[in-house]
Amino acid sequence: MLTVENLTMTFGGLRAVDSLSFEARDGNITAVIGPNGAGKTTVFNCITGFYRPTRGSITLGSHALHRMAGHRIASIARVARTFQNIRLFAGMTVLENLLVAQHNALMASTGFGILAVLGLSRYPKAEAAAIEKARHWLDAIDLTSRADDPAGALPYGAQRRLEIARAMCIDPVLLCLDEPAAGLNPRESEELNQLLLKIREGGCSLLLIEHDMGVVMRISDHIVVLDHGKKIADGTPADIRADPAVIAAYLGEGDEDEEPVEEAVSAG
Amino acid sequence: MNRGPLRDAFVSAIVALGLFVPIVGLVAGNSERGLVLTFHPVATGIVVGLVFFGRLLTLAWRGRTRAEARKSNRAFAEALTRAGKYITPALIVVAVALPLTGSRYYVDLGTLVLTYIMLGWGLNIVVGLAGLLDLGYVAFYAVGAYSFAILATTFGLGFWTCLPLAGILAAFAGVLLGFPVLRLRGDYLAIVTLAFGEIIRIVLTNWVSLTNGPNGITGIPRPTLFGLAFSMDGGPGTFAGFFNVEPTVIQRIIFLYYVILVMALITNWVALRLRRLPLGRAWEALREDEVACRALGINVRNTKLTAFATGAMFGGFAGAFFATRQAFISPESFTFIESATVLAIVVLGGLGSQLGVALAAIVMVGGLESLRDFLSFLGDQMNSPVFAGIAGELPLFRMLIFGLALVIMMVLRPRGLVSGRTPTVALTKRKEISAELVAQGRG
Amino acid sequence: MAYALQQLINGVTLGMIYGLIAVGYTMVYGIIGMINFAHGDIFMVGSFLTLIALLGLAALGITAVPLALALALIFAAAIAALYGWTIERVAYRPLRGSFRLAPLISAIGMSITLQNFVQVSQGARVKPIEQIIPGGIQLMDQNGFTVQLSWMQIAIVVVTLVVLGIFTWLVTRTPLGRTMRACEQDLKMAALLGIDTDRTIALTFVIGAALAAVAGFMFLLYYGVIDFYIGFIAGIKAFTAAVLGGIGSLPGAVLGGLLIGLIEVFWSAYFSVEYKDVAAFSILIVALIFLPSGILGRAEVEKV
Repeated sequence: MLTVENLTMTFGGLRAVDSLSFEARDGNITAVIGPNGAGKTTVFNCITGFYRPTRGSITLGSHALHRMAGHRIASIARVARTFQNIRLFAGMTVLENLLVAQHNALMASTGFGILAVLGLSRYPKAEAAAIEKARHWLDAIDLTSRADDPAGALPYGAQRRLEIARAMCIDPVLLCLDEPAAGLNPRESEELNQLLLKIREGGCSLLLIEHDMGVVMRISDHIVVLDHGKKIADGTPADIRADPAVIAAYLGEGDEDEEPVEEAVSAG
Repeated sequence: MNRGPLRDAFVSAIVALGLFVPIVGLVAGNSERGLVLTFHPVATGIVVGLVFFGRLLTLAWRGRTRAEARKSNRAFAEALTRAGKYITPALIVVAVALPLTGSRYYVDLGTLVLTYIMLGWGLNIVVGLAGLLDLGYVAFYAVGAYSFAILATTFGLGFWTCLPLAGILAAFAGVLLGFPVLRLRGDYLAIVTLAFGEIIRIVLTNWVSLTNGPNGITGIPRPTLFGLAFSMDGGPGTFAGFFNVEPTVIQRIIFLYYVILVMALITNWVALRLRRLPLGRAWEALREDEVACRALGINVRNTKLTAFATGAMFGGFAGAFFATRQAFISPESFTFIESATVLAIVVLGGLGSQLGVALAAIVMVGGLESLRDFLSFLGDQMNSPVFAGIAGELPLFRMLIFGLALVIMMVLRPRGLVSGRTPTVALTKRKEISAELVAQGRG
Repeated sequence: MAYALQQLINGVTLGMIYGLIAVGYTMVYGIIGMINFAHGDIFMVGSFLTLIALLGLAALGITAVPLALALALIFAAAIAALYGWTIERVAYRPLRGSFRLAPLISAIGMSITLQNFVQVSQGARVKPIEQIIPGGIQLMDQNGFTVQLSWMQIAIVVVTLVVLGIFTWLVTRTPLGRTMRACEQDLKMAALLGIDTDRTIALTFVIGAALAAVAGFMFLLYYGVIDFYIGFIAGIKAFTAAVLGGIGSLPGAVLGGLLIGLIEVFWSAYFSVEYKDVAAFSILIVALIFLPSGILGRAEVEKV
């Protein structure tokens, strides 16, 4: 279970996140939503070690994430993430992207590199196993036919799926997704939902930032709403849908002749 | 011919006048009375004329339509790729068979080219694979050369004993350089590596008690073939004595050639193997996107340091070879120009490509040497008084042409000779990735 | 105390010259993100142009010192600006938008070309001239050591500050300056908004070259001797200064220049001349460990 306690992040004079506390339970899909600039990506960056929080703590099981280096959060605490602006290794093939994710496991089998260079290590077997795992994920995201194409040449939707698959190749217990549905059409969003549900079935918890309410409402078990760095709501999708503070934050206080907000939100 | 290009060339000539009348035309010559200003209309006229006609030519050549240009470019690239399969074996055959020509000149040239190829392959690991911009590679070359020279002259150790030590010391220097630059972005990294190279050179020049300063170190021993020395006396324990042949100088030269050939080939083999291993893949991923690497659990710091250390190690090996080939080294051989030349070889080769680096080294170093010979040949031919002044200066034109050649090569082929990356692993078939998609690194 | 004061004066003077060159580096870097390796050699060309102008004016009989100096300065700045424009046009513009390594090699090639071009044309020997502005003020006398502040040193500091003042005004108050800053922020966007980015970039190079020429002019007058190689060394130092101060920042370039100049002079005076450059470079490396963007540099926060 991921526990965020009194997380505060200040940049100079700007308080991006203010005393945020919430929990993401094991096996749950937890969504973090809020208007733009609410501090969602900042929270992610704190959780995954790209920022060091000004105050507060982030714990996952026995790991104190707020004190760990970024790459150790991924390799030891097993927290994976994707990025708002896709960060694939564009000049490498789809398969190579998935193999890079398995770097630590593969490095362990090379005997400090020297043995592997001389061909005297367990590396070939480890590489074969890694390729099998990659193939499993390629099938899951339906990109097996494009395994040897450069990642940069894939269409946008495929790139997003690849980034998720690559993150899964580190065998995480928690996958953090930063706006995975951005730029996807409705059919692709639905495929994304299926993929995320499958990932949850596999035993990995999910934490996602998302604006697409279709995705959020349909698959989240638990939603946390941020506005201006503070938590303004925390509960199930049904709770959030009806919460007036959330509605106010997203849509502002409206006047009488506007369409009743509940209808607009429940349609999403 | 329509007016456009003519007018353009005319404008270029006017600009050239502005540029060259002051520096070429008006020369501040040294004399006993101090500086005297002399006017050189002929030289100015020649240079301006060259600019005029050169511009006309480039405009005419570029005048072909875009489509024609793209078609011929693609045809060239395809031809190169198809030939690529045959070029590598052909080069290896030529390299192995070269000494059979018996020509000392060609063997010497080959040794020089191979040294630069090895340096290029070493730097390629840092710049080409890991995307770390190193402008001070000569530092590791120097550390390797000087460690061997000092160990050999102080403790009487031989080449083969010192070779691994030179590599280790150079690798250590690589890590030393790597630590401060871990957090630095591209151009900050560039200046620090350049500063490092200069620091090494200045220390070598001034720490006289250790390095003998500007006078350099002499009497560096030559490598032996399983204990057989290549000395000229032909006695027992020498190569000539053992094989019962007349001792000649060329035997040692050829032996040295094969030593560097083997060293270069080992460098290549190690680099290729590393590329296929997780370490090499991590280097390339680092070049593509460092942030994503961190998010995948890769220890970016160690990966960078390993890249520096490995590249430096090969530079050190090459340095030790350089020292033994010359039997004498001095700080003058380890200037920034060397770093720049090796970097130019790596960039011209096409980042990450082993074959490209080899071709680029052959073209650049071979070209430079041929130019030197061509110019001295020209100088001998020029007896007329008009050219008398220039004849003495022809060797100086060599570096001038080198500089221009660098500019021209980059403008013509910014991505290098072999542009395109071959993946190291594939599910079905390995397809080459076009250069546009491959990152050059921000480190 | 007096000795230290003298070093301070000398260091500030040298630092000003480095600062002027560093400003050109930092401007070009700020606008197109490339290290103009040939910039130091423009400084060298500028000093040669000054020399030739002075010799030419003397030959023409113009000996009034202020007039000759003014004409020489204008001549050197103008021709150096032409060099800067040509280099950008020929060696850098075709590579714009290409990756960063090709322009770098092209710049290194240009630097080698310029050095050897001047060497071949003007000869490899050093070119000495007599002191044009002699004399100065004696500041103080301590234990027989006299602290001198020469007119030349005052002139250098004044000219540098004036030039930088004009230049800062240019960048912050004029439309041209606004255009330059826009291009610096986001080149593509500036182009989309109708700014002639080619012309702005060319102008940046031209101004940078002119500034380097002014530095070359002052270098010749201050040290009295030049050769074709001074550009390389000054270039590296000025680039170090620009990076130390935070590349992209104009006051940073000047600050960096001052620091490098002071380090060099003080280290030579109190420790050893041979290792003064090692001292400067080492300070750079140490500074960058703690301030990876330089002293006044904008920390590049990578958006994750």
